Amino acid sequence: MTTSNYATERETTEGRVFTVTGGDWDQIVSGTDPINDERIVVNMGPQHPSTHGVLRLILELEGETVREARSVIGYLHTGIEKNLEYRNWVQGTTFVTRMDYLAPLFNETAYSLAVEKLLGITDDITERATTIRVLMMELNRIASHLVWVATTAMELGAINMMLYGFREREYILDIFESVTGLRMNHAYVRPGGVAQDVPDEAIVKIHRFLKMMPKRLKEYEDLLSGQPIWIERTTNVAVLDATGCLALGVTGPVLRSAGLAWDLRKTMPYCGYETYEFDVPTHTDGDVWGRYLVRLAEIRESLKLVEQAVDRLKPGPVMVADRKIAWPAQLAIGVDGMGNSLEHVAKIMGQSMESLIHHFKLVTEGFRVPPGQVYVGIESPRGELGVHAVSDGGTRPYRVHYREPSFVNLQALPAMSEGGLIADVIAGGASLDPVMGGCDR
Amino acid sequence: MSAASDKPNTGGLPVPVTPAGASSGAPAEHPPASPAGQGMFGIHGSGDVSGFGGLVRPRQPVEETPRPYGGYFDEVRDALEEAYPAFGDAIEKVVVDRGELTLHVRPERIVEVCQVLRDDLALRFELCSSVSGVDYLGADERRLHVVYQLTSMTYRRRVRLEAAVSAEDPHLPSVTSVYPTADWQEREAYDMFGIVFDGHPNLTRILMPDDWEGHPQRKDYPLGGVPVEYKGAEIPPPDRRRSYQ
Repeated sequence: MTTSNYATERETTEGRVFTVTGGDWDQIVSGTDPINDERIVVNMGPQHPSTHGVLRLILELEGETVREARSVIGYLHTGIEKNLEYRNWVQGTTFVTRMDYLAPLFNETAYSLAVEKLLGITDDITERATTIRVLMMELNRIASHLVWVATTAMELGAINMMLYGFREREYILDIFESVTGLRMNHAYVRPGGVAQDVPDEAIVKIHRFLKMMPKRLKEYEDLLSGQPIWIERTTNVAVLDATGCLALGVTGPVLRSAGLAWDLRKTMPYCGYETYEFDVPTHTDGDVWGRYLVRLAEIRESLKLVEQAVDRLKPGPVMVADRKIAWPAQLAIGVDGMGNSLEHVAKIMGQSMESLIHHFKLVTEGFRVPPGQVYVGIESPRGELGVHAVSDGGTRPYRVHYREPSFVNLQALPAMSEGGLIADVIAGGASLDPVMGGCDR
Repeated sequence: MSAASDKPNTGGLPVPVTPAGASSGAPAEHPPASPAGQGMFGIHGSGDVSGFGGLVRPRQPVEETPRPYGGYFDEVRDALEEAYPAFGDAIEKVVVDRGELTLHVRPERIVEVCQVLRDDLALRFELCSSVSGVDYLGADERRLHVVYQLTSMTYRRRVRLEAAVSAEDPHLPSVTSVYPTADWQEREAYDMFGIVFDGHPNLTRILMPDDWEGHPQRKDYPLGGVPVEYKGAEIPPPDRRRSYQ
């Protein structure tokens, strides 16, 4: 591109330098007459505090009424899917965890389930590893919904709710830190099992959390559910019925708030969810209020699941027995995060040449995955999180595609907000709970 | 690598060749370090005499699965054959692998097949979960595959449709008229693979900038990246590191 609307270029001693301007914004604005025209075009974002990350909305307004809304995404595209093709299968988990950063354990689990299905070892995953996955995912679901209620309440004016939501989420992140070594981007769930066992200290924390959380939930409800402003701002706002949801592919709490009890944990179970006892909360109005109630109820259901999972934790291995797949090292949490345990390093360096060779091969080259393709869908906090993984028989993914619920659900924003007030765009957009890291990947 | 002779010796690293579709502004214009299925240890076009660079892993063609398939797959096929008279013409092959059913569909028939799958009472695939592309460069003449994951909420079933087009004529009809949710997903497949969905209401780039050249997830498009210096040593970008495969 020599002449461009987006960026003029010039040569300097440092190389070519681009000067990025406001894109085609001037052309769009010059098409309307702000004094005499009824319609004005408003550009919301990509850096707007109420659009949940770098989402850009272009709104055509008549007074305060939104006539047309279009969302522009891609500002957080990091090429994760392409990058995966240049790393081995185990390394993939460190990439996918960074997609939807509010639900990293779901990204990892979906990826691991897909790789395991390609390997044909789905049935070999140990009981304890599966239970830990469920435990961690449900804690993660609570954390994600807490962020949702916190940020949405803040955007609609209840700033104290934001502080409370993030306070409780912090507690969950503490649990994650003691289990995985990291608060976010864990790379904890791996093909074949999980990276390391849950320490007792974390179980104590989880019990404390389970005891504390019902009271806190009650507080949120006392704070919001009877609050006239909250009710006004959410009831009959951004309505999308079940038909609209299905046509636009919207899943998760938004679909359930429209009355369809579609939850993959129940309808297409994975990780043994069919053996747990929990309900799928629904609502019938399909508005922001319904989505709020559904998400709060889901936190309660997740608490039940966490409790059951903790009770089920029986001692046992957390990785498959096959040493050609299982990560060779015993990991341990050091002061700077998770790494090889010193005992393991001492063993491979001092006693066993074969262990060292095996370790080297598996870590640098990785395991081979038989050619083929699979699709695995799990229920993330935002809806169906699907992984389409293709292998060509090599040690690296040939192609991995994420069906991201944030990406698909965001398509519904125009349908929800056109014809409504501009203030309701915020409520409607927030109620979809888009996470741009996942949306743009 | 015939271009090796007129380039300086890069010590076994891939030889820079401008890839198709990327002519300027794009990241480092080099081919992928190791085209999938070829060579070992990232050795290409160098003085390597070990033979590892010449290894080619044969790719098994995907073959039609004989009946019975088991599970609900036979039912789905029978229902589709009954509801859709052009079944024999539209469906190239039926593959069952790892407990998943894949129907390979002729690209020009994809909308009809989706329409029947969605509307027939015995099929009812109401939800189009995912649309994405896969580039089978070197393994298939029609290298660009579009993969649709359909979900029947009524019967709790899944089916995968796969339509293959060539890079020279990457056209197939858009399914947005049947599944509006395919809108952004087809845009992404266009953005990343250059697959053109005819009849799409607004087929523009969605993740990459509007003025981007090339389609990044094609296999002949390089990963790119810059070398990074750390404590005096230079670490090459990921696609130019020595690789073990």
